[in-house]
Amino acid sequence: MLPEADLGVCFQLQDDDVFDIELKLLLEGILLRYQHDFRDYSVASLRRRMRQAMERFGCATVSQLQDRILHEPAVFAQMLQFFTVQVSEMFRDPAYFRMLREKVVPVLHTYPSIKLWVAGCSSGEEVWSLAILLEEEGLLERSMIYATDINVEALAAAEAGIYAIDRIAQFSENYRQAGGKRSLSDYYTAAYKGAIFDRRLRRQFVFADHSLATDSVFSEVHMVSCRNVMIYFNKDLQDRALGLFHEALVNRGFLGLGMKESLHFSRHAASFRELAPAEKIFQRA
Amino acid sequence: MPATLPSTTIAAPPRGLRLIAIGASAGGVEALGVLLRALPASCRAAVVVVLHLAPGRSSRLPQLYAEHCLLPLQEAQDKEEVLGGTVYFAGPDYHLQIEPELHFSLSLDEAVNFSRPSIDVLLESAAYAYHHDMLAIILTGASADGAAGLVRVRNLGGSAWVQDPADAVASSMPAAALQRAGADRVLDLRQMAASLALLGD
Repeated sequence: MLPEADLGVCFQLQDDDVFDIELKLLLEGILLRYQHDFRDYSVASLRRRMRQAMERFGCATVSQLQDRILHEPAVFAQMLQFFTVQVSEMFRDPAYFRMLREKVVPVLHTYPSIKLWVAGCSSGEEVWSLAILLEEEGLLERSMIYATDINVEALAAAEAGIYAIDRIAQFSENYRQAGGKRSLSDYYTAAYKGAIFDRRLRRQFVFADHSLATDSVFSEVHMVSCRNVMIYFNKDLQDRALGLFHEALVNRGFLGLGMKESLHFSRHAASFRELAPAEKIFQRA
Repeated sequence: MPATLPSTTIAAPPRGLRLIAIGASAGGVEALGVLLRALPASCRAAVVVVLHLAPGRSSRLPQLYAEHCLLPLQEAQDKEEVLGGTVYFAGPDYHLQIEPELHFSLSLDEAVNFSRPSIDVLLESAAYAYHHDMLAIILTGASADGAAGLVRVRNLGGSAWVQDPADAVASSMPAAALQRAGADRVLDLRQMAASLALLGD
């Protein structure tokens, strides 16, 4: 029998420490089982979301959750919500969209055809917002908007373009502040507690299952909008994603980030120049 | 709750501290000023502050305190390295976290205790990143934010100081922290400032 002091060393890890070990194992398991790679996501955010998932699925430990995820694909499909879903708004951060109208649209007008990429589009609020903006600026007809995410359910929601009616007041206020030229209600019809956005806006959308962690560039584009997605990545994965954007963008193509994101701490900092620093719009250098 | 009562004496913080995380809410603007004024220029720990304010107001906090603090102050940015001897503030409308590699990360996940930034979110992530090498301080506030985070800090070996609820403008936040997590020291602001002044060499 071991002396008591040695036992102490073996067992002094707190449950809280073991949690991190279990989390690493779970991420490896998910990669092997489902080919989704979350190993370079922000650990602090993952911990919180896994605790929420454990509560949702009634699991006392991450290991119990792992058992269900590996053996029940339906559970993994639901888990994707915990890993990826960001709550957004249409025309979130109106100043960003005002600046797009002011500084980006005039340049886009010089191209005969335009491709835009909304990376990590989640349930599509940003995609529909951009489509409305392009429509009002007379550019939608010659635009193609690629909307990508790793969450197939979110992509389906994005494509449906139906949002709860109680969110519309906020969307409308944002739209107004973003320099909207009409009334947001011109673009949707209300039915069954939902606002259904105009199918005609959707003709130029291409939805695709694409991972910034494991996939490569699929097209040349004139603008990338990837807002509040990379805050959930660690530095390596942020660098990978920015590398993809740099590769995809045409020379002097545009990159839009979330209001609290920056390129300062990335090795790609010198690959882009600041076009609108406060609104976080960059241009490929 | 620990069997021994928390200490109320003025004494230097634990040696080798690398992080001091401070949470404050109602009444916190002034209380925080008292502590930030007390920090010596030789402080080697990073100081990270979550102060609940109305949306849009908190982005000017570094300027507000700059005149009376000997350390550089700034808003913490996503993926920025956490440096010792610097005071960082959580910006408005995002949670502020510290990653295991000791850089900041932001999150737009839902509010915790009706707050974003939330003190719990900062403390929880900091506890994992720093273990024994951190001190968490809970000041005045009319919320329960910080209590759950303080439990995690203490579980993972960090120290906890809580403002004496009787000394706080709003007592419920320090009281909730004491009830749920306990503390190594319960101090009034004057004692806390005097203790922080003993940091460094």
